[in-house]
Amino acid sequence: MRKLFAGPAFALLAVLAFSYALRAQTSPPQQPKPVTTHKEIPAPRRDLSGIWEVADRMEGISPAGVKSHAPFTAFGANIANNIYKPGDGPRRVPIGLVNDPLDSCDPAGFPRNLLFELRPFQVVQTSNQLLMLYQYQQVWRVIWKDGHELPKDPDARWYGYSVGKWEDDYTFVVETVGMDERTWLDNAGDPHSSEMRVEERYHRVDRDTLELTVKIDDPKIYTEPWLARDRLRLKLLPQGTDTMEMICAPTEAEEYKKTMAVPLSK
Amino acid sequence: MGTKVLRIFVALVCFMVISVPLPAHHGSAGYDMDKELVMKGTVTEWLWANPHCFLKYDTTDDKGEVAHWAAEVSNPIDMTKRGWSKHTLNVGDEVTVTVRPAKNGAPVGQLLKVVLPSGQTMIGWNPAVR
Repeated sequence: MRKLFAGPAFALLAVLAFSYALRAQTSPPQQPKPVTTHKEIPAPRRDLSGIWEVADRMEGISPAGVKSHAPFTAFGANIANNIYKPGDGPRRVPIGLVNDPLDSCDPAGFPRNLLFELRPFQVVQTSNQLLMLYQYQQVWRVIWKDGHELPKDPDARWYGYSVGKWEDDYTFVVETVGMDERTWLDNAGDPHSSEMRVEERYHRVDRDTLELTVKIDDPKIYTEPWLARDRLRLKLLPQGTDTMEMICAPTEAEEYKKTMAVPLSK
Repeated sequence: MGTKVLRIFVALVCFMVISVPLPAHHGSAGYDMDKELVMKGTVTEWLWANPHCFLKYDTTDDKGEVAHWAAEVSNPIDMTKRGWSKHTLNVGDEVTVTVRPAKNGAPVGQLLKVVLPSGQTMIGWNPAVR
């Protein structure tokens, strides 16, 4: 019986050994493939082009507002405690009392669009501008990078006036002024004034990773400058990504209010 | 001992799931977070819209009384990622709906899950599913 299997087994071993030897002669030696990490793919110089998304989606949405902020001035505290009625955060009120401008589809404005519902956005660079195209509310911002100066006495805009410059090959810094006071900073009803200055720092760590830091400087509302985003990690999405649209249409919002919000608040 | 550890683990996981904040700018203060209602109903409308998609459906009690309910989920982009579409629910579908109801007793709620006529269960307002 043993002899019955010995012959074929030997033949099989011989074939395997021969094919291995042949492969060793005709193919390059098999090396373990290097593990490619994002860190090993360097970022392009002075380029933020692409579609970016917050790595931690819920952190991008920030439904309860900023993690913390500098103390309010007396003026700021009055607005926060007595005028704004948010639906979330530490001062949230029942849904029927909420006066968040987003509920009637007002623009989120800047920088609330970075502090709430920061969803995928595309960066497009031209010779003199950097354009940011946001999924949420399907809006865009123009950031001048050709030496434009910030206006001294700007008319208010929902998304302000922005200028930017490369601090180094991988860090783009944007300064923005002239924001409309009707907008809130976040979902928790944190206010800002028309005197607010916002600094955004986009630091490209590697090809696939961007870090966003947002500094709020509004002495009328806050006792000192503070960071609303601190090195928030963004990841690069594939080029063919469809960013889709997320638009607050007043008619749809009205239907939602009638069906959901009104019965809830009775 | 093993069972005890498992129970603690399950309790911790449940706590983590429940305490994730809800992705809405109007908050969830109006809903009873400790209560879930399961009911059979007939779809009367499925709105695929911002800021939230919502389902309208009718239920009938033992006495034949019909109640008109509405239950919300997240926006179309989030729901698309969870496998939903504008075709997920159709008028006339007989479904089993689980909602987190309003505190004030109004027939509205957060749609936690729905069992479709095909028997497939769709997870609705569950921030743990992204």
